Amino acid sequence: MSRVRVLVGTRKGAFVLESDGTRKRWDVSGPHFGGWEMYHLKGSPADPNRIYASQGTSWFGQLIQRSDDGGRTWEPVGNAFAYDGVPGTHLWYDGTPHPWEFARVWHLEPSRTDPDTVLAGVEDAALFRSTDAGRTWHELPGLRTHASAPSWQPGAGGMCLHTIIVDPADERRMVVAISSAGAFRTDDGGVTWRPINRGLRSEQIPNPTAEVGHCVHRIAMHPTRPQVLFMQKHWDVMRSDDGGASWREVSGNLPSDFGFPIDVHAHEPETVYVVPITSDSEHYPPEGRLRVYRSRSGGTEWEPLTDGLPQANCYVNVLRDAMSVDRLDPCGVYFGTTGGQVYASADAGDRWAPIVRDLPAVLSVEVQTLP
Amino acid sequence: MIRVVLPQHLRKLARVDGEVTLAVEGPVTQRAVLDALEARYPMLGGTIRDRTTQRRRAFVRFFACEEDLSNASPDALLPDAVAAGTEPFLVVGAMAGG
Repeated sequence: MSRVRVLVGTRKGAFVLESDGTRKRWDVSGPHFGGWEMYHLKGSPADPNRIYASQGTSWFGQLIQRSDDGGRTWEPVGNAFAYDGVPGTHLWYDGTPHPWEFARVWHLEPSRTDPDTVLAGVEDAALFRSTDAGRTWHELPGLRTHASAPSWQPGAGGMCLHTIIVDPADERRMVVAISSAGAFRTDDGGVTWRPINRGLRSEQIPNPTAEVGHCVHRIAMHPTRPQVLFMQKHWDVMRSDDGGASWREVSGNLPSDFGFPIDVHAHEPETVYVVPITSDSEHYPPEGRLRVYRSRSGGTEWEPLTDGLPQANCYVNVLRDAMSVDRLDPCGVYFGTTGGQVYASADAGDRWAPIVRDLPAVLSVEVQTLP
Repeated sequence: MIRVVLPQHLRKLARVDGEVTLAVEGPVTQRAVLDALEARYPMLGGTIRDRTTQRRRAFVRFFACEEDLSNASPDALLPDAVAAGTEPFLVVGAMAGG
């Protein structure tokens, strides 16, 4: 029977949750790296025992850890993230030029085919790649040196590259998202990039339809349809059917279209999940009711999923990298909250139950479906 | 031998218990001690000093002989007692909440 491994990054360590395919009883291990912020952990699709983890604190900086045994033991690997050449400047919060400074790794994206190859999205925004299992890292500088980059500005959480989507059919085709520069696409393995923000509208910037400057919170793609992208923006849930060349709003009947995570059902490419948050300053669910919203029509028409989720006095948030799906049938859906709960649904969102409910604030949730 | 005391998180990262002892060639400066420390324990690279600028990370402090050496020149000689190994060089995580 298949198994599921859930990798949870929190403000004070990492946790590994494992279950058989019924997803009813869970073994919990951790904290791994207790006391450290674990921004993201993700397993290699090519070798599920290979897991990469981003570890850091304000005290001791950024580390990368690698496990070759499914998260039981870990080895620190390379943490030298040096921008290629003279990094130049982007805009600071006050509009003045500010040198590019490496702060942390937000997201790790292992290759689907090579367990030694992994991409890292970092703050200040740039994309790095390792081809030796994390020992050394090299920037793909074409993104950071895009003509628009000197005009990029950080969002409240820093100028982070937080989303990396790779086309399974051709790993040279990638989409990334940066807060708050927007979404960018490459078709040549990261040599050249173009902004893909047409159709986005952000009233919080001087030109609401500018080519760059949008605070994209998350993008999701179903692996069988790389041209169809779903986006949770600062405000607005968006959809593209042409690989990001154009976007249209699909917020529809959501109670709020502000939020962070978005994900797609493993077997139904038109089934999409979001977790609405009240507003840009009220980072908690509307009416204190934690609801995942599911659309079975690719957006616009959404239904609240509440069974098993707190429906009163709930004021947690779900961060952008804290939702994931497994590949079992029925599809499992998982998310973690800033209140330390990790909820799981083994039936595509119809019913929910907490796997754990008292972890530190959850920063990321990734799922591995194991043979 | 130079004695170095690391904060708990860095001891765990380097997989050491208690003090670290290091042989340092030439003048015993902060830079020489940290170079020797990172050569012995490469996983500590970037955790005490910024990898690019080689400057002390903001929330790391250096103490020895009841003195705060955090803002001393990295090329200044450390106290004789540190060079002689009678007192340790302390790497401390700053009191900064969290």
